[in-house]
Amino acid sequence: MSWILILEQSLNGLQFGLMLFLLAAGLTLVFGIMDMINLAHGSLYMLGAFLASTFVQLTGSFLAGVLLAIPATAVLGMLLEVSILRTLYTRDHLSQVLATFALILIINELVRLVWGSDAALPMPAALSGPVELLPGLRYPAYRLVIIGVGLAVALVLYLLVAKTRVGMLVRAGASNREMALAMGVDIKLLFTLVFGAGAALCAVAGSMLAPLLAVQVGMGENILILAFVVIVIGGIGSIRGALVGAVLVGVVDTIGRAFLPILLGAFFQPRVASAAGPALASVMIYLIMAVVLYFRPQGLFPARG
Amino acid sequence: MRSKVLGTLVAAALAAVSTLSAEAADRIKIGFISTLSGPSAALGVDIRDGFQLAVKMAGGKVGGLPAEVLVGDDQFKPEVGRQLAEKNVRLDKVNFLTGMVFSNIMLASVPVAFESKVIYVSPNAAPSPFAGKQCNPYLFVASWPNDAYHEAAGQHATNRGYKNAYLIAPNYQAGKDSLTGFKRFYKGNVAAEVYTQLGQLDYSAELAQVRAAKPDALYIFLPGGMGINFIKQFVAAGLSKDVPLIVPGFGSDQDIIRPVGDAMLGLFDTAHWAPDFDNAANRKFVAAFEKEYKRIPSVFAAQGYDAALLIDAAVRDVKGKVEDVEAVRKAMKAARFESVRGAFKFNRNQMPIQNYYLRVVARDNQGRLVNKTIGTIFKDHGDAYVQECEMK
Repeated sequence: MSWILILEQSLNGLQFGLMLFLLAAGLTLVFGIMDMINLAHGSLYMLGAFLASTFVQLTGSFLAGVLLAIPATAVLGMLLEVSILRTLYTRDHLSQVLATFALILIINELVRLVWGSDAALPMPAALSGPVELLPGLRYPAYRLVIIGVGLAVALVLYLLVAKTRVGMLVRAGASNREMALAMGVDIKLLFTLVFGAGAALCAVAGSMLAPLLAVQVGMGENILILAFVVIVIGGIGSIRGALVGAVLVGVVDTIGRAFLPILLGAFFQPRVASAAGPALASVMIYLIMAVVLYFRPQGLFPARG
Repeated sequence: MRSKVLGTLVAAALAAVSTLSAEAADRIKIGFISTLSGPSAALGVDIRDGFQLAVKMAGGKVGGLPAEVLVGDDQFKPEVGRQLAEKNVRLDKVNFLTGMVFSNIMLASVPVAFESKVIYVSPNAAPSPFAGKQCNPYLFVASWPNDAYHEAAGQHATNRGYKNAYLIAPNYQAGKDSLTGFKRFYKGNVAAEVYTQLGQLDYSAELAQVRAAKPDALYIFLPGGMGINFIKQFVAAGLSKDVPLIVPGFGSDQDIIRPVGDAMLGLFDTAHWAPDFDNAANRKFVAAFEKEYKRIPSVFAAQGYDAALLIDAAVRDVKGKVEDVEAVRKAMKAARFESVRGAFKFNRNQMPIQNYYLRVVARDNQGRLVNKTIGTIFKDHGDAYVQECEMK
């Protein structure tokens, strides 16, 4: 097992983790500030990918298509918040889960009506080959771009939340909603803005991942589960927690898939190892979540003191 | 002498009674369940189009009777497939069931048909349990047993003299069948045998392992969207220059060639059929398919077409008396139709015994990427499970 392989797998894990972070960041803020469980978050990710596919075809440019899809998804997200989700804030979590689950089904069918069950979003040709990072390590250029975009968005988000006035209000809302309200923060506007920002992040993740994966109805559901695992590990309402949790989940999942079968092969017969490896790798992240919940029920970086 | 005459009379009377009890039907109803949405939809769509083409070419008839094909989308979900099968068998009272792409969906759905003695004609999946211990009188496979393409690929790897092959398949019945089949005829060393999640779309971790293992051949069984994503990512990672890729026939067929493009050129695969087969039935099929759908048919389309012809021949041979399931079964076993693959016959377990060929992705005279036949790997090849089948 060479260090080049470990480096390559770490890059893969980082790439996956950063995309998870984009989803988890929006989810954790909505959950933390508004105390709202939004299962339809994955639907915004899907909408982002479908919109990007349409805009890329219309403009003929990948960059322009993605840049148009982001504000479009943000607007859709804010419309959703103002029209439907706002009425759910005062309800209990069960009602929120039921209502937003219904939204998943409705949005899936609407997308099927508008676009059909899938759409095409090809990788830009210039980025479809490998780049030689080190002698012996050729890495797909597009995955490097994803890592770059993920890091840039994380940095911007950090500066926004830590250094600006809006960010301060967001942090105030996340750590103590009632107190922020009492201090005269326009919480309604803040909620809508946060929701729009979360939707925009979904669109970034959806449109960046689409050329690697596929643009299809239901693409948001599997990744949503992972995003929830991330915010539970990281601590609800904490951007820093979402980043750490996402990279942790991304790296553990990738390393698990790559090395667990080999590791098991050292102890068991190859037949057992090749059967148990993938099964165990797919539960690794849930094991981590269980361990974190046991020792730190509030997550690694709790937003509330 | 007297007793012989008597015997003939009795037989004639019995025949008359049985003719009375099995009236010829006035129409045929066929339940068609397939994967028609999601990343693997292209496979189901090709099977459906091939099947519908055969019905259309016969003037909307199957075996001379007006046919109604009820098309349902299993959405790549076993539970949806089963619900559709229950609806087709119990409510619609179909005469035949067909269409499914994936083994896991088929394994969940076809028992519904078997319980009601409705014949399922498989245009694709033929999982190994159904070839052996669980072989069933109501299952006919118009395609090939699950292991067969992979056995041919294993034989091809052996012929080529590959010494260290790396194997990847999804973690489900057909995935396990595939690698078992490959290893049955591959004599070299297996560098690694990796099972990924069914429906997985990102293969970065697996590709990095392949790069590190430096095998002299990579065999993948990844149908539909999984294969499209794998091959695209394989090329993007720059691995296509170092590691020769071998795939089963559908792993480099039209549904994968279309999205991946020129990177497919020169890829070897194994199959029971190719569009360039030079027999009358195939020439007619390929020309009609291209005219109707403006694309080159894949193995899936050929299998769908053959499945329809098989049903057509059986209904015709029993003169439309489809209520007599035993007679229909007998007619099916005889398979009196011109298959696009050329001659084949059914084994005791009602799976085909046929030839398998080596194909390569090349350009045709119009510059399109298409699979061309370059050799025969197996002649009259059956499957390894038939001994376990107790059916006569």
